[in-house]
Amino acid sequence: MDTGTIIVGLTIFVLACFAGAELISKVPQTLHTPLMSGSNAISGIAILGALLATGVPESVNAQSGLGFLAVIFATINVVGGYMVTDRMLQMFKKKKRKKKE
Amino acid sequence: MSTVNIIDFVYLISAVLFMLGIKNLSSPATAKLGNKMSMTGMAVAIVATLASPDMFGFTMIVIAIAIGAAIGGYAAVKVEMTAMPEMVALFNGCGGAASALVAMAEFHGQTGHFAGFSLVTLLLSIIIGALTFTGSVIAYTKLQGIISTRPITYPFQQVVNAAIVILTIFLAWTVYHNPGNLFAFYLIILLSLGLGILAVIPIGGADMPVIVSLLNSYSGLAVSMTGFALNNNALIIVGSLVGASGLFLTKIMCDAMNRSLANVLFGAFGAVDDSVADAGEGPAGSMKGFEVEDVAIALENADSLIIVPGYGMAAAQAQHVTRELGDYLSEEGVDVRYAIHSVAGRMPGHMNVLLAEADVSYDQLYAMEDINDDFGTTDVVLVIGANDVVNPAAKTNPGSPIYGMPILEVDKAQTVVVLKRSMNVGFAGIENELFFKDNTMMLFGDAKASVQNLLTAVKE
Repeated sequence: MDTGTIIVGLTIFVLACFAGAELISKVPQTLHTPLMSGSNAISGIAILGALLATGVPESVNAQSGLGFLAVIFATINVVGGYMVTDRMLQMFKKKKRKKKE
Repeated sequence: MSTVNIIDFVYLISAVLFMLGIKNLSSPATAKLGNKMSMTGMAVAIVATLASPDMFGFTMIVIAIAIGAAIGGYAAVKVEMTAMPEMVALFNGCGGAASALVAMAEFHGQTGHFAGFSLVTLLLSIIIGALTFTGSVIAYTKLQGIISTRPITYPFQQVVNAAIVILTIFLAWTVYHNPGNLFAFYLIILLSLGLGILAVIPIGGADMPVIVSLLNSYSGLAVSMTGFALNNNALIIVGSLVGASGLFLTKIMCDAMNRSLANVLFGAFGAVDDSVADAGEGPAGSMKGFEVEDVAIALENADSLIIVPGYGMAAAQAQHVTRELGDYLSEEGVDVRYAIHSVAGRMPGHMNVLLAEADVSYDQLYAMEDINDDFGTTDVVLVIGANDVVNPAAKTNPGSPIYGMPILEVDKAQTVVVLKRSMNVGFAGIENELFFKDNTMMLFGDAKASVQNLLTAVKE
């Protein structure tokens, strides 16, 4: 990997770190759990690497075998994470309260 | 434009969708849309990857996705809302495992390809991913009650952990210079798995909100490192987003307890200290246990009520009956609100989710800083299974382990009703002088049964 690529990667990394901290600072306490499970699902993005490792030409070897396991774990993370987040968010409702004065 | 350029461009689109997704999570009104955007971002990225010219076989991929989706989907549908902290921990562990496995697969696939910077990040991805995996599994077993939620400590614990870290770094240095050294490579994996276990066992149940969000941050960091190793921008961006946001949330949790991250990680908070327990004298006054009827009268006569839920409400699954009681009193003309401490429960926002499940409108839920000034003008506060977050010692007793922690100042209310399982001290093993105050009514028993009895009593 040449130095230029490394610098570009590090630039992206640092900027995305700031974006992440900035975005989350606006999330209210009420939504901390969905936020956590939602961002947890996002970290299942490792699935991209897992897919590339599994889809190699030779059908079964150490690489594709480990990739296969990685796809399973990442899919559990992605599917499970998004589904529980959605389930929780369905519950956050604002009820119309009749207030007795 | 080559196919690779197109794929990179699609990754950029999906990164934007993830950011918009998190941004929309900042309000309950737009949160569902946010989650959908984030899902779309993921789907787009996966499709783009499958379309890559590097993809050859799809059979294994389809099988693996089917297995993973079945497990993840089943778990997500079945899990009880009260068990959400351990579920999130487990999913998070899967993310860590995936990053480590990807790095291992690539290392096996093209050993000679990795050198210098990419080899360092590859090894970091394996180390962080592996310890995230076992750490999350231990957090899961603790939250499930499979192993004790008390900190597990032994002599020279920190020394042992430090030795493992140093040995891991040394082995990584060896592999860096000689990537063919598979023995050292596997030993690194083994040590990282062990480190995850050893680092989490000394952490007590009450500190779990910090640990769950920290592990969340780690899984993001692991993904980011995988991204560097594979030179994949999507992984770098998304991993650092999650890593930074998890770390920020960890900081919020630490601030809510007025403790440093180092203290949470190494302090073994809540370890049973017999010397203190034996010598300790209870605060002045005595705990006054009341009958349900007495408490019901206090509730009926109140104009304003603030309900303070804690882990005890979750453990007893009392959220639904609590909402019924709140709604009933609300209809009777009582001003009912809920006050929620950031670290109440076992994960950030735990109480909010449970009350949302019970159909409490989210505008009835108040964070500490928004409601603390109102306790002084409130008739009755109903504390359901919360202890340390309402302990006045945090303000008054410099010798207390929780001194300095911001608390809900419930003792300022006219009457405080505390629902508690037994006379025992709370999780952190600290006496709570709130229970001994003159204006405090204790109602002992299971939270769900107590609230149910109160509801029946006030309806009569």
